[in-house]
Parts: sequence; C-alpha cells; structure tokens
Amino acid sequence: MKITGQVWKYGDGVNTDVIFPGKYTYTLTDPAEMAAHALEDLDPGFAANVQPGDIIIAGKNWGNGSSREQAVTSLKYAGVGAVIAVSFARIWFRNAINNGLPAIVHPEAAAAIQPGDTVSIDLETGQIIAPTGTFYFPPFPASLQNILTDGGLIPHLRKRIEQGEINHA
Amino acid sequence: MGYTFAEKILASRAGEIVEAWPDVTLSHDNSAAIRQIFLRIGVPRVRFPERLAIALDHAVPPPTTRHAQNHAEIRRFVAEQGIRHFYDAGRGVCHQVLSEEGLIRPGTLLLGADSHSTHYGALGAFSAGIGRSEMAAIWATGHLWLRVPESIKIEVHGSLGPWVTSKDLALYIISVLGADAGLYSSVELHGETIQSLSMASRFVLTNMMAEMGAKNAWVAPDTTTAAWLREQAGIEVNPHPELLPDASASYKAVYHFDASTIEPQIATPGRVDNGLPLRQVAGVKLQQVFIGTCTNGRLEDIAAAAAVIRGKKVAPGTRLIVIPASSRVLQAALQAGYIETLVAAGAMIGVPGCGPCMGNHMGIPAPKEVTLSTANRNFRGRMGTPNAPIYLASPTVAAASAIKGYIVHPAEIE
Repeated sequence: MKITGQVWKYGDGVNTDVIFPGKYTYTLTDPAEMAAHALEDLDPGFAANVQPGDIIIAGKNWGNGSSREQAVTSLKYAGVGAVIAVSFARIWFRNAINNGLPAIVHPEAAAAIQPGDTVSIDLETGQIIAPTGTFYFPPFPASLQNILTDGGLIPHLRKRIEQGEINHA
Repeated sequence: MGYTFAEKILASRAGEIVEAWPDVTLSHDNSAAIRQIFLRIGVPRVRFPERLAIALDHAVPPPTTRHAQNHAEIRRFVAEQGIRHFYDAGRGVCHQVLSEEGLIRPGTLLLGADSHSTHYGALGAFSAGIGRSEMAAIWATGHLWLRVPESIKIEVHGSLGPWVTSKDLALYIISVLGADAGLYSSVELHGETIQSLSMASRFVLTNMMAEMGAKNAWVAPDTTTAAWLREQAGIEVNPHPELLPDASASYKAVYHFDASTIEPQIATPGRVDNGLPLRQVAGVKLQQVFIGTCTNGRLEDIAAAAAVIRGKKVAPGTRLIVIPASSRVLQAALQAGYIETLVAAGAMIGVPGCGPCMGNHMGIPAPKEVTLSTANRNFRGRMGTPNAPIYLASPTVAAASAIKGYIVHPAEIE
C-alpha cells in the first residue's frame, strides 16, 4: 500500500474537538458533510483545500480527548491518506487503524517534514520518502496490517466471519 | 517479578496482545451510529445482549428533531435485541448511572464507547474507552483485541487542605505530568490520601485520568467501595484481593505527590494540563458557571456548591447552571434542600445528563463569553462555540466564583 500526497502540518496536543466538533456528533452522518467540517476549529482552510492522499504531520498526543470516531472518519472522508505524528492518543490510533487510515508514530519524520512537502509512504517496506530525507518505521504487526489491508475492522471482521474464523452465535 | 493490576486482570504481561471478553460494554447516544456499523458486519443478533449497557445522556431531552430520531432509533434497537440494561433520557450520565446500578464491581472488565470509560477504575474495575467500530465488533462477537498496557504508579500522601478537593488533585497531577503522560498506560492510584477519599471523589480522579491519555485508571477496592455498592445497588461484592498489584510489579514510572501542598487549581482554556494555582488566575470575569457532569455532578459536589452559596445570590451578569449527574443525585439533592438553596440563589437546574459539557445544548456560551466548568475538558469549541474560553475547577471554586462573577478563592466568600 503506497500513499502519496502533500503535507499539512500541525503542532502538539491537537484534540478531537477541534478535529470534529462535538456539536456535530449526533447530527452529521453524511460523509461529504462530515468532511466539510474536518479540522474546522483548528484550520478553517483545511476542508476546502485538502486533496486525496494528502498527509497530516502532527506533534505529540494527536487526537487526544473524545472517543468519537468521526475524528478519524471526517479526515478519511476529506481524503487524508495517512497521519504521521510524534505520538497518538490511544483511542484515536485504534480508530484510525480500524477505519483503514494508516497512523505512523515517527518523531524524526514529524520534525523534519515541512508543510507543503510532497511525501510518499510505503506501508509494506516501512518507508517515508520526503524531500528532507527517507525515514524508516517498523511495519505494523500482522494483525493490524490485515485490518488496514482489508480497509478497516468492519470489512476485516466480515471477511473472517464469512470464512468461518470467528464465531458470532 | 510481580504483576500490575492490568497484567493480573488481563492475565498477560505488558506489551502482549490479548483477546478481551468484556463483562460489560457501555454506549450512549452513539448507540444508533454503532448500530449502523453493526448492521454492516452482517450478524443479525447481538451475541451477548445481557452484557450491553446503554444510557441516553449526551443530549437529553433531545434539543432537535435529529437528536430525537437518534434516541428513537436506539430505543428500537434495545427492544429488538432484548437489551436489559437500558437507561432512558433523564436517568443521568452513563458513568454515574452504571455505577449506581451496580453493573461494575471490583474485577469487572468494561469497554466503553466513551473516552471517560476510565471512570470505573474507582470501583476496582478495568475499564477503557474504545471507538464505535470496535463496539460494533464486540456486539457481534463478544470480544476485542487489547494490548496489555504498561503501568504507571501514582502515590499520593498527606491530607488535602481546606477548599481543596480531588478535582484540584486531578488537575494538579495532570498539569505536572502533562496531557500525554499516561498515553497507552494503566494508571494505578495508590497511597493513604486516595484511600481516604469518598467514592464520589475517587470517581473524579479515575475519570480525569482520561485527560492524561490513560488507557485505564485504578484505585484499590476497600471498605469504602464495598459500602458504596451496598448503599447504591444493594450488592455485596468480592474485593478480589488476588487482583491487587504485587509489591514487586514493574512500573514504567512512579510518581509521588504530597496532597497537603496543593492549592485550589484552575485549568486555563484549551488544554486540561494548563493547570495553575487559582490565585494566578483570580479575577477572570465569568459569564457562565457550570456545575455538573460525570466528573463533578454527584451529591457531594452539589452539597459543596450549596454550602458555599447558601443565603447568597449569583452575581448579576453571570449564569449558574447546575446539572445533577443522575436522577438519584437529583432526588437526594432535593431531599437535602440543596436544590432549594441553589434555585433561591438564582441557579438554573438542568435535566440529569451531560448538559452543555460537549456543546450539545442547555448552556452553550455566546462568542467571547467565559465559562468556568466542573467538567473534564476545556478544549476550544468543546461547549459548542469556538471562541468562548472554558476554565475548569472544582464545584467549590465554581460556586464561589458564581457568587462573585469572577474566579475567586472560596475562602474569600464570607
């Protein structure tokens, strides 16, 4: 799986409420509508200008706060291809993997990569190729890689249930 | 080498991936959205309906048609699937209600589709927040992968001073250690200060550990825990001494705090770890004060607010909103006369639930209006308006500040 896009860079401690405001969590369900409000309270220019495959570079504790999955899906619907951060809040990280959005912890890459850079990520080989250099990361554990490859936890689960690997009754 | 609480309850060493079978799962107004994901899995029935607990609390009673439709969809699902542990609008905030109902005990494994699911560690449970897709997966299969977390030990000694509460302790710890100090970790709260706290005060700590990034938080169950569950739910519990962490367990960090040195704290807008001693922000003018939520909406909190406010009036130009965390808290506060005291002072009383905590309704600030809240988050836009700053504090400080109309130390209220 390869992802190539331009970089949007943000700082430390970006929380779920500025990624997707709580006031929309029970009223907005349409993907296009959700995408239109992504990062609304942090970067009002983001939703209108983000392109498919674009990559977010973040500081420490990206996605801290609420468990709301829209803090991942709104970015995915907006076209974001991956997020690279110094560190992730744990529920945001789980939600990202479970929705097929690669989330990569890489403090050096997060520091070196600049806004507007064009960056490629190769999930199989564990490489981030940026104008400032190539960065390596350990590939995801097989169980997580399978979830990403299948497009998220739900399609992954459907596949395993159909194949009789998981009991549901 | 011994085992931490997390290692014992998950029966594996830190770093291992386990399949966890939760005893209880929690969801709230997000249950309709989880149902939509559940339907995509293609399984007709919830595997263990008796393990599901659903409480409507985030927007109650519904402020809009869409919120009402959301609730209606959840009620249909509850009926279709035979979900017994369903708590409809008005019963209260999920974390308070599930605790009062005795669904969580020492040794319970709970996964909740809510970030403050760390809450139940105060009862000696292992409880962690997860996402909606994960909840749908548990509904279908009964299990979910978890990574056994590394543990952090926080030891607190000494007595909290006058006007200082467990909220101040929580805000202080988070301000010292930082909002990411507990990332991916199990936070064990030890020491005589913790064990001397009431259950209401313990819940504040385990609830707030979510704001330090913790996967779960934990307090050793003791006679206080047992007495509270007996009184609230009429149950006798096994304290599960075999789940107590071993003295020789391995921690990635151990921190010591002296409670006697802590002053009333204020978290300044934007981040929960922006904590400062109150005196450094005294005088900030307030248009709104909110006392309530799963963090600080219990009887103890409302009693503390009423004690400060009794015989006084809310300052002109300041609104005071008080929302009990549950219908049971509301009834007890009515019987004790606290609600009478608060209403006489000019407070507004809301329906038990989350209220304006995450900006759905019942207390949205206007742009540039400043709110002091007893909730757990002060993020930009949290209460529904991006440029309306939110300060966090204890109910005691909130009540005193409502009388003055600006942030003030409760000792200054004569």
